[in-house]
Amino acid sequence: MAGEASARGDIVELALPARPDVVSVARLVVGALVAADPLFDEERSADVRLAVSEACTNAIQAQMACATNGSGEPIVLRCTVAEGHLELAVSDHGSGFDPGKLTPHPEVTDPARLDFEGGLGIPLIRLLSDHVEFHVTATGTTVEMTFEPRTEGEDVVLVATTG
Amino acid sequence: MLEVGGEIDVATAPRLREQLIALVNDQRYQIVVDLEAVDFIDSTGLGVLIGALKRVRTHDGDLALVCTEPRILKVFEITGLLSVFAVHPSVDAAVSA
Repeated sequence: MAGEASARGDIVELALPARPDVVSVARLVVGALVAADPLFDEERSADVRLAVSEACTNAIQAQMACATNGSGEPIVLRCTVAEGHLELAVSDHGSGFDPGKLTPHPEVTDPARLDFEGGLGIPLIRLLSDHVEFHVTATGTTVEMTFEPRTEGEDVVLVATTG
Repeated sequence: MLEVGGEIDVATAPRLREQLIALVNDQRYQIVVDLEAVDFIDSTGLGVLIGALKRVRTHDGDLALVCTEPRILKVFEITGLLSVFAVHPSVDAAVSA
C-alpha cells in the first residue's frame, strides 16, 4: 500500500491481484478509511463499502474475462480522503465497456427480470455515490466515485432501475 | 431451509449458488434462506438469490428470505428486490407463510 499526503487530501493507493477474494480486502480498507472520518456515519460507511465492492467486482471480472491485455495485471483502488468527501477510483486493464450502452434489463418487479442474475452492480454504484464517472479506454476502465456524508435527518429514498 | 452467514460477494457467492442448486436438484422447491447471520451482501449475492428464485419458481416453488438487519434489508430495498422476495422477520414466520 502506498500512502501519500497531497494538497487534495490523503491518498491511499492499493494494487490488488485480480482475484475474487481481494474484494473483501478492498471493503476493509475503505471501511477503515471512512471510519476515521466522523462525518460519515455507520450507514453511509456501509454505502461506501457496498459501492467499492461492486466496482472491484466489475474490475476483476472485466480483467479475468480479458486474457489478452489483462492477465497478471492488478486492479488499482485509489482512495482520496478530502475535506468533507471521499473519492474512490477503481481501475482495471480489461477491455472496457460502454456504460451508456448496457442492455437494459427488465425492471426487478417484472417476472422476466429473473432471467438476469447480473446487472445490479452499476445501478447500485450510481445510487450509492454522489457522483460517478466511467473512463473507458481500449486498455481498461476506471470508475471514479465521490461520496459525501449524509446530513442528519436527510432521508434519501431511491429505487434502482436497471435501465 | 438454508442458513447463510458472513459476507456474500463474488468470492463466496459461488458456494451459496452450489448449495441452492443442490437443494433444487434434490427436488426441494420450497426454500427458506436465513440471512440473519449475514454481515454483507452485494449484487453478486443478490444475483444468486434471484437465480435460485427463478429455479424454484419453474417448479411452482418459492424462495423466502429471513432478514431483520436494517443494513442488509436496505440493499434489497434500494434495488427494488423487496417486492420480488418474500422477506420475513423469523424462520417461523417464513415457514408458516
